[in-house]
Amino acid sequence: MYTGPLRALIDELGRLPGIGPKSAQRIAFHVLKIPGEDAGRLAAAILAVKERTTLCSRCFNVAEAGELCDVCSDERRDPTVLCVVEDPRDIVAVERTQQFRGRYHVLQGALNPLEGVGPDQLRVRELLERVGAEGAKEVILCTNPNLEGEATAMYLARMLGPLEVTVTRIASGLPVGGDLEYADELTLGRALEGRRQVTA
Amino acid sequence: MTLSHDRGVVLRTYRLGEADRIVVIATEARGKVRAVAKGVRRTASKFGARLEPLSHVNLLLWQGRSDLEIVNQVEVLDHFRTVREDLDRMTRGLSLLEVTDQLSQEGHPDPALYRMLVGALRALADPARDPTMVAPAFFLKALVLEGAEPVLDACASCGEGADVVDLVAFDLAQGGALCRSCRRGRPVSPEALAVVRGVLGGALGPLLAAPPPPCAGEVASLATEAIEAHLDRRLRAARSTVGLS
Ligand SMILES: [Zn+2]
Ligand SMILES: [Zn+2]
Repeated sequence: MYTGPLRALIDELGRLPGIGPKSAQRIAFHVLKIPGEDAGRLAAAILAVKERTTLCSRCFNVAEAGELCDVCSDERRDPTVLCVVEDPRDIVAVERTQQFRGRYHVLQGALNPLEGVGPDQLRVRELLERVGAEGAKEVILCTNPNLEGEATAMYLARMLGPLEVTVTRIASGLPVGGDLEYADELTLGRALEGRRQVTA
Repeated sequence: MTLSHDRGVVLRTYRLGEADRIVVIATEARGKVRAVAKGVRRTASKFGARLEPLSHVNLLLWQGRSDLEIVNQVEVLDHFRTVREDLDRMTRGLSLLEVTDQLSQEGHPDPALYRMLVGALRALADPARDPTMVAPAFFLKALVLEGAEPVLDACASCGEGADVVDLVAFDLAQGGALCRSCRRGRPVSPEALAVVRGVLGGALGPLLAAPPPPCAGEVASLATEAIEAHLDRRLRAARSTVGLS
């Protein structure tokens, strides 16, 4: 239907996650309408993010090329507590709680025996090295509460066991604002186990 | 649109879009079924942990116009929590799911395979039992279900009985155990061959109730290789060393 550069743009946009052919067409026509400088900024931002963003050499969070990430370069963050996550986006989620002042370690995935993803494909070796080298006192296993995340947490707990560090796992429980009657048995069972004493 | 009630075991899930998953289920009555669980990745999803792999569930599925069905309701029959919360048992459980996924087909009911899977998961979930022999026994019994039962009491190649010749090797491609002059495939000890005979000859219960035999490792690798030869595919979960302490 379309040819040349417009076709090429629609095709490229259509490859992005969550964008179907209709949306790709709508965005492409929008780009066609906006001023040249706006289109230029969009193009430049896409190029810049590829050129200048890499992974933090310490924790594998996203970082500006050649630099440590924002968390690692912040001297106020507590280096004795390491929060282990699967993906840099999980750091954003934990940061939003404003309850964690330690540092992170991004595994870049989770163990998946069915897909053949083993420890060698993740940043496990680097984690074990960091725990020794940086004097961490606690490692919080903050992987997803699904099968892959649980497998990863159990594996890491086993690997970290011989090191002199406290290993903790984030709690499983009920989502705030939800109804008890809709809770699944596994989640509710774990919430019961993780109950806390209430003091008046 | 029609509704369908199904009972099955969740074999695997794939991420779909922003918050959905495709759930692959081995059902009792309809073989393998793929269905979309909408919003299941959100922490406040009504499905919660119910559609995680290893779950034994009752389902209510919408069958719409598209190929994929949609999960409407789900009720858990068994979470197999002891399997889920032990890395060694979990890895073994995943190898059962992987083989079932390979053997079951959409639109082809296989209630015997379904029952065997549920039985094997229950055995694996029993904390009083050693989990070592569950998956190898499942692989061997799956071969029988598939019509690929290995010959164990005679040489699969020349046909000489085990009372006449020593059976010293095993090769599923040749049909099973082999004598010294026909030997192919992997070597096999008389003890391992006896365990394989027991598994396929109705002595599975006592085997799973007892501590694993000294030849358990040999039987496990024989069974894994045999099911791999039948599937013409390497098994990922069974080869994973993650669960091994
Ligand atoms: Zn960093
Ligand atoms: Zn022979």
